[in-house]
Amino acid sequence: MSGPSTYEPASGFTRWLDKRLPILRLAHDSFVAYPTPRNLNYWWTFGAMLSLCLVVQIVTGVVLAMHYVPHVEHAMDSVQRFRRDVPFGWLIQPMHAVGASMFFIAVYIHMFRGLYYGSYKAPREILWILGCVIYLLMVATAFLGYTLPWGQMSFWGATVITNLLGALPLVGESIKNWLMGGFAIDQPTLNRFFSLHYLLPFVIAGVTVLHVWALHEAGQNNPTGVDVKSKADTVPFTPHATMKDLFAVSLFLILFSVFVFYMPDALGHADNYIPANPLQTPPEIVPEWYLLPFYAILRAFDFNIGPIDSKLAGVLAMFAAIGILFLLPWLDTSRVRSMRYRPIARQFFLIFVVVCVVLGWCGGQNPGRILAKAGPFSATLTWVQGGQVVEAPVSASSEGGFDQAAAAVEQQLRGQGATLTAVRREGATQGVVRGVVGGAEQTRTVRGETADAVEAEITTVRAEVGAAAPFFIVERRVPPTFTVTNLSQVMTAYYFLFFLLILPILGLRETPGRVPDTIAKPVTDGKAQGAA
Amino acid sequence: MAEAASGAHEDETTRRDFIFIAAGAAAAVGAAATVWPFIDQMNPAADTLALSTTEVDLSVVELGQQVRVLWQGKPVFVRHRTPAEIASAQRDDYATLKDPQLDSQRLLQSNGQAGRPEWLVLQASCTHLGCVPTFVEGSAFGGWFCPCHGSDYDTSGRIRRGPAPHNLYVAPYVYMNDTTIRIG
Repeated sequence: MSGPSTYEPASGFTRWLDKRLPILRLAHDSFVAYPTPRNLNYWWTFGAMLSLCLVVQIVTGVVLAMHYVPHVEHAMDSVQRFRRDVPFGWLIQPMHAVGASMFFIAVYIHMFRGLYYGSYKAPREILWILGCVIYLLMVATAFLGYTLPWGQMSFWGATVITNLLGALPLVGESIKNWLMGGFAIDQPTLNRFFSLHYLLPFVIAGVTVLHVWALHEAGQNNPTGVDVKSKADTVPFTPHATMKDLFAVSLFLILFSVFVFYMPDALGHADNYIPANPLQTPPEIVPEWYLLPFYAILRAFDFNIGPIDSKLAGVLAMFAAIGILFLLPWLDTSRVRSMRYRPIARQFFLIFVVVCVVLGWCGGQNPGRILAKAGPFSATLTWVQGGQVVEAPVSASSEGGFDQAAAAVEQQLRGQGATLTAVRREGATQGVVRGVVGGAEQTRTVRGETADAVEAEITTVRAEVGAAAPFFIVERRVPPTFTVTNLSQVMTAYYFLFFLLILPILGLRETPGRVPDTIAKPVTDGKAQGAA
Repeated sequence: MAEAASGAHEDETTRRDFIFIAAGAAAAVGAAATVWPFIDQMNPAADTLALSTTEVDLSVVELGQQVRVLWQGKPVFVRHRTPAEIASAQRDDYATLKDPQLDSQRLLQSNGQAGRPEWLVLQASCTHLGCVPTFVEGSAFGGWFCPCHGSDYDTSGRIRRGPAPHNLYVAPYVYMNDTTIRIG
């Protein structure tokens, strides 16, 4: 893409250096002369923001490590001390914490950009896969980092995630203990998480170099998805892209600063200011916002799939949700890159974006929360006012014959005039049947918005009727409901269908929109026109 | 000379082939042996393993109360059950259970001897995702309730409602004497 180097050393020293280490030539070819398509829009500026984020995280992180104590009893105090007592700690600690969120905002936009404009298609498959590797490393680094302040969310988030690995068959338990360095999240875990959290950003930096290398080899994609035809379609990276990137970065920094200076804790969870307590679980365990969609996918699996139990299914689905991105270049069969010229795929893409946001919302909700129901919860209580209680023991000859024996005794009581009977099993073969003879049978139906409200109503009725009725028959009716879990299931289904069904099939069947001749064909005959 | 030899016997296995394979195999084994210590160091250390038992004095636990103790860094419930709770646990032995188990099986000591119905020793980790269930509060079955995802356990620690796949695991324990147990 770059073509032969156009670098010409200007001074004696740079000529001398160029013969020995052509590093200035590399920088010039990569960031000055490098040709970028002239039609790039602002969605192409997020790479610069991400580079900045990585630098910010590493610089602030190295500073934080100078003051942080990776010990279960001192970790939280050391972070608070840094923030309160260390000069400019109030600034640097929130920069790091907020920086993580900013990093993810930028990376998600960057990824959706790649998805929309087909930047993963040939010849950019490796570029895309390296990007996925960076994202995976970012997730791991963020998770490890969130553990370090050793608050309640740190501790319990780490517990939940390491327990996920325990769901793997056979090796799960060993891997879990290996990762934790013990039988629970404890000092060894905190120590190693700190070490790995310090290591991984440098691995990210390394993979980023490969990512940029792959980018410069294949050349940038552009909003039309049509390859640049000639030099006239491009402009040099400096000053065109650099200035534009700097402008976008400035806007990004304004957003960043609003959080750092005015609401440094808005993106975190208040419970993480409570020191970790292994004996007390917080009322709800939620990851940081940027991992919520995957948490929702994990929890969508509340049913077993054949031999795979619900827990393992959730874990596999969660990893598959990221893993499937690696296969995307081969799942999308369309020969058209940009969705600008794929009118149907574009609609599905917009739904996909909404689905990801809804999954994020689901991940933050109580999974049992009812979003819609077909009717109220209700229960019918039946009791007999003023009757005589009779009891008869059941004694079956074998464990399996209990139900039959109990039915016979029930029949016998009914024959004696009992209007209500109830069986209570008290052992393998033993039980008691109670019945009420005489009195007046009464019923009452209670309703409520939730199952708990109905239970409360039932208790009230029982207290009201009191000793007059020795026992009740309660028949509970649960209306069909649509919970957050159900919503997550629908959204998870779409997430996977988008990659596994919609993109492969649509790519073969869709009629792409017409690319204007001015884009499809070189119109300048390779000559630059106007001021570049 | 090597070229001459290989040219003469192109299809034959030479001594050199053998040396290449042998050296490669030795290097692979050597690399694995070098990597292994760096992987194995992350496993639980000797001092962590040494802390694998905990003794509990039962005389301090009032009837109807429970204590939470740490065993291997994990919380364990030791519950002093009331006669009503014991009765309820035994009565439900034949109720519809997700993970059927008799109350008496859940009281077994780790040496295989029967336990005492008033003392229940359970690992306090919800079998769903490892949260610590609350004591009675929220439970419709008088046992434990997990605040994370709503798993409800009865007075024997058996799962009755909610997403957890198993009953609360029994912690391995033995009676040292009448008022002391050792967990682990």
